[in-house]
Order: sequence, then C-alpha cells, then structure tokens
Amino acid sequence: MELLIEGLKQAFSMLATGDMQLVEITLLTLRVSLSAVIFSTIVGIPLGVALGLSSFRGRRLLLSLINIGMGLPPVVAGLWITMLLWRNGPLGSFSLLYSPFAIILAQILVSLPIVIGLTSSAFQQIDKKLLLQIKALGASKVQMIFLLMKETKIAIMAAVMAGFGRVIAEVGAAMMVGGNILGETRILTTSIVMEVSKGNFDVALALSFILMGLAFAITFLLTILQQRKQIQ
Amino acid sequence: MKHSRLLLLTILTALLLFAAGCQGSPAESNGNVQSAEEPKDLILATTTSTQDSGLLDELIPIFEEEENINVKTIAVGTGQALEMGTQGEADVLLVHAPAAEQEIADSGDAINRKRVMYNDFIMIGPKEDPAGVSGLPVQEAFVKISEENAVFISRGDDSGTHKKELGIWEAAGITPSENSGYTETGQGMGDTLQIAADRGGYVLTDRATFLAHQDTLGLSILVEGDEDLLNIYHVMQVNPEKHNKVYAEGAEAFGDFMVSHETQKVIEEFGKDEYGEALFFKYTE
Repeated sequence: MELLIEGLKQAFSMLATGDMQLVEITLLTLRVSLSAVIFSTIVGIPLGVALGLSSFRGRRLLLSLINIGMGLPPVVAGLWITMLLWRNGPLGSFSLLYSPFAIILAQILVSLPIVIGLTSSAFQQIDKKLLLQIKALGASKVQMIFLLMKETKIAIMAAVMAGFGRVIAEVGAAMMVGGNILGETRILTTSIVMEVSKGNFDVALALSFILMGLAFAITFLLTILQQRKQIQ
Repeated sequence: MKHSRLLLLTILTALLLFAAGCQGSPAESNGNVQSAEEPKDLILATTTSTQDSGLLDELIPIFEEEENINVKTIAVGTGQALEMGTQGEADVLLVHAPAAEQEIADSGDAINRKRVMYNDFIMIGPKEDPAGVSGLPVQEAFVKISEENAVFISRGDDSGTHKKELGIWEAAGITPSENSGYTETGQGMGDTLQIAADRGGYVLTDRATFLAHQDTLGLSILVEGDEDLLNIYHVMQVNPEKHNKVYAEGAEAFGDFMVSHETQKVIEEFGKDEYGEALFFKYTE
C-alpha cells in the first residue's frame, strides 16, 4: 500500500518536474504505438471489408489464419522480426534492428490481424437484405461501402481500439527488436520491465500509472468517436 | 454538439500529424551539431548486471561524446551476448563468464579480449539460515545446502552468474537438479532475487544487483569474500575478419576506452554516492 502511494507520488513529481527522459520515453511510446495502429487501421479496414464481403476459394483458411494471428504472441512476432532484420538476415543491410522502426513493424504484425479480423466479422454480420436494398437503390460500389462502414462504425472502432490496446501493452517484442536503448528505443513498457529488474518498484509503478493514463486518454477519445451519434 | 465534434476532430488530426511527423526523424534527438558526420552505430552486447547497476548510463555518454559513435546497448544474459558475438550480430562484448569467453576467443569469433574490472558474487539467503551455511567457504556451503535439501534458487538462464553457479556445483561434485529444493527461474538477477525472497531460498548473486534490491528482499549475505566468488568482466571485440559486417574501429575504440585510466576512475567511484561502497573495482591487465 505504501509503495502504491509512493508510486503515485513519484508519478506526479516526475510529471510536474517535466523529467526530460520521461518525456522522451513517453513521446516515443506514443509515436511508435500510434504509427503502428494508424498503419494497421489504414491497411486493415479495407482488407477486412473485402474479406467480409467477398467469397472465394480458401476464404475460410485465410480467415482462420487471421484469427490465429489475432493471438500471435508478441515474443513470436519479435523473434521473427529479429531474424528478418538482423545483420545476417534478409534485410540486414538496412540495419533496422534496434530502431523504432523495428518496434513499429513488430507491433503492426500483432495488431493488423486484429483490425482485419474484427472488421471482417462486422461486415459478415450485415444483413443480406440491406445489401440488396442498397444495390436496388442504385448505389455505386464506393457509395455502398461508405454506407456499410457507417452502419458498422461501432464495430470498426472497437477493432481499432482492440488493436491499439494490443500495441500499447506490448513489451516482449519491443524488448527484443528494440533493445530498450535509452533515447532510441526505450518505451514505457520496456522501461517498466527494466526498472522492476533494477529493484526500483516505485519508479516502475510511477511509469505504469503514466502508461495507463496515456492509454486511457487515447481510448477515451476513440470511445467518444465510437459512441457519437450520427449527425444527419 | 457541433463544437465538441470539431474539437475531437482537431485532437485526432493533431495526433495523426504528430505520429506521421515524427516518423522521418529518428536520429533527430541525438543529432550531433558540432560534427557534420553522422555518428555510426556500435552494437554493444552486455550483461544485465552492468545495465541494471546503472554503470553503463555513466560510461556510455562519455564514450559517445569522445568518439562520435552511437552505442546501442543490448543488455541480455552473458550466454546470449556471447552468442550474438559468435553470430556477428554485435560489434563488441562486455561480459563476465571467463571460461565461456575463452571458448569464443579460441574459436576466433572474438579478438582483443581485455580484462576490465571485477566485483564479487555473494551467497544470500534467509536470515534464519536453515542450512547453517553462514561464513562457510562457498563450496562447502553448496554441499551443505545440497545435503539439507534446502531451497536454492538458480538463474537457469545461461548467464554469467548461472555459469558461475554451475561451476561451483561441479567443483563440489554435485548435480543440483537432483535436489527437489533446487529451482530454476530462467529470469534475470532482479526477478530471481524476488523469487528467492518469496520462497525463502538461497541464491548466488552479484553484489551490485543485491545492493539495488536489498530493501525489498529481507535476505542477508551469508557467504562472501571467497576467492572462488570473484566476478571478472572482460571486454572483447567481434573479429571483423570472420564477420565482415561488424564495426571494427568502433569496437576497438570501445575496448581501449574501457581500460583507459579515466574510465577506470569513473568505475571506481561508481556507486559510492548511492550505496556508500563501490560496486566495481579496477582490474586491468
């Protein structure tokens, strides 16, 4: 209990004094997570829509692969990315390992399947009659998809939030491909792991509160966006 | 209603721009103004103990400043650090497992091996000391723990500390895994200490990590000062002739830096402010 209060105090004092290292780590966390989630959203939603509306051979297999991808353990993603990026790997000459880019890549790998999978589920649930009606009213393909996206907005936003949750919480892959290098790839989650192993539980707790505050702020924004009533 | 919508949109756009804007400039924060030349990256594979003690946070900035090199410190167990060297995935290694180091020096994967510093391992355990090992030489203490089948928490992660521990068991002629009290955590020193505290077990640790954790542990030092418990750190560079992608000049400069007089002074002073005693001692050749 005492430690908890100590942690809260520490969090406030770190924020109040504008600890430069903390600011840097927090900004990097935001930058990396948002980049990954934005990429996953931009790529994942169209793929999810396509997968939800179309039917082709091998669709079930593809869906299963995406569904298992939703549970891809971050350390597995981290290990794969490491093998891909390290010096003697296929992309070794770009020296991308231990950079923020590597973390973003790993986070995309774990969040993209979530966005695709949940978006496609939402589109599969759309009433076939609605589809017919829209077509009958003479909507173009683009107009139709736009309308359907409005219809499934709540589910799509949930997909984005789930992706964001995965990315901001992720530590195993970030540690592995980022290396937790101060000023370069140290983010809030990897700092927490490090402070715990240093025995600085108060600092770790303080960082955890900052991380959760950040996650809450962004999820709150997304939730407002999700729950907003349509303005005609 | 209209206003809140506008506000929301502004915030989201700002976030988007922020994420996109930062994207292209990863090196911005450490950009060196004085020298036009972009600092080269040097990958240092080292042990968690050097990072967790905070020593590297003192030393690395000095080196980076002097040489215009950007050091990427990857803190892992000694086993993994040595493996990174063998694979040519690191440029320079700072590790503490002399026997294993000798192997990769012999295989030609690492060259320029230099002794840097030492500190010591200690054996800690519950204050009540159920196996009665307090003050014994370390090998006898291990025998006693084995005989009493007392709880012993091992790193089990192929780290330098783990290798040290296995060496002592071997010298004592004991196979520890035969004891039910022997537990392997497979984790770093800090986490292993916490588990040992929770289970009231004995554990072999480096002194620096113990000092950092002692407030939350409630374990005491039972065996120390034995010659067998010396913890020696070496620096070595990965052989550029065997691994053509390594940054040899930077690695060599780092080796020289670690044994230089100025660096050794920093090492000897390190920790005195916080713990009232030094954590590492000069031990160059």
